[in-house]
Amino acid sequence: MNGAHDMGGMHGLGPIDPEENEPVFHAEWERRAFAITLAMGAHGAWNLDMSRLAREKSDPAVYLGTSYYEHWLHGLEQLLIEHGFVTAEEIESREQEILGGAK
Amino acid sequence: MTGHDHQHDSSLSPTELRVKALESLLTEKGLVDPAALDILIETYENKVGPRNGARVVARAWTDPDYKKRLLEDGSSAIAELGYTGRQGEDMVVLENTPSVHNLVVCTLCSCYPWPVLGLPPVWYKAAPYRSRAVIDPRGVMAEFGLVLDDDVEVRVWDSTAELRYLVLPERPAGTDGMSEEALAELVTRDSMIGTGLALQPK
Repeated sequence: MNGAHDMGGMHGLGPIDPEENEPVFHAEWERRAFAITLAMGAHGAWNLDMSRLAREKSDPAVYLGTSYYEHWLHGLEQLLIEHGFVTAEEIESREQEILGGAK
Repeated sequence: MTGHDHQHDSSLSPTELRVKALESLLTEKGLVDPAALDILIETYENKVGPRNGARVVARAWTDPDYKKRLLEDGSSAIAELGYTGRQGEDMVVLENTPSVHNLVVCTLCSCYPWPVLGLPPVWYKAAPYRSRAVIDPRGVMAEFGLVLDDDVEVRVWDSTAELRYLVLPERPAGTDGMSEEALAELVTRDSMIGTGLALQPK
């Protein structure tokens, strides 16, 4: 499947700008999103190609405008819902509980 | 909600909130174990990284038989040093020479040899490098401060989920007699991607 992720040869995407002494993760949520993705992958409900497809199905404008671990998070969420591990409603209500201080 | 003594988490970004909600739900359902998540994070943050690849390179620089095995069957030779595991199952090692320089990219996403290099840096996963490495490799390398002579052939390798590459950089001049451990210190992450060279000895 081609799409926004199929970037080889595109022009105009800016300088590379490597970061000196870059840390492995840039925020705590990246650590957790990374580990949850690996741990859920280990259940075997989907494979690596399915994970990639889930990330690549994002709206192209969203894909280009979000960071790498945001792609992972979005893909994970899609897979969790598609495979029945969680529902969108459960996620929404858990977020409200966290915001309300209940969790 | 009123009357509770928890601190409000309204300072969370939508992304932070989503991750917290997922971890909380999946933990509650017994699908993930926060302690196991901590171990995964600790492993990839502190244990698996480019020092592994540097040891592979230093071994190849000092042991011609190992180098031969490494170029013939990268996965097996890398496994000899104990580096195996996810996202490194099928490895090909690309030898840089005075006339050929190899550069590795993953145009589609972020495929990278985790067991020998750890998790990829942000720039490797981001649009500018992924888009341009295949059409302007010399321009890309120049952004890393690497300018090669015009007569050096540049080969660009596009990784896939199934096949991942490690560049075997050239051994720097003036390193005769150095130990494998000392040589490994000269091997940078970027020299194993192809966006840099091995360091010169001090």
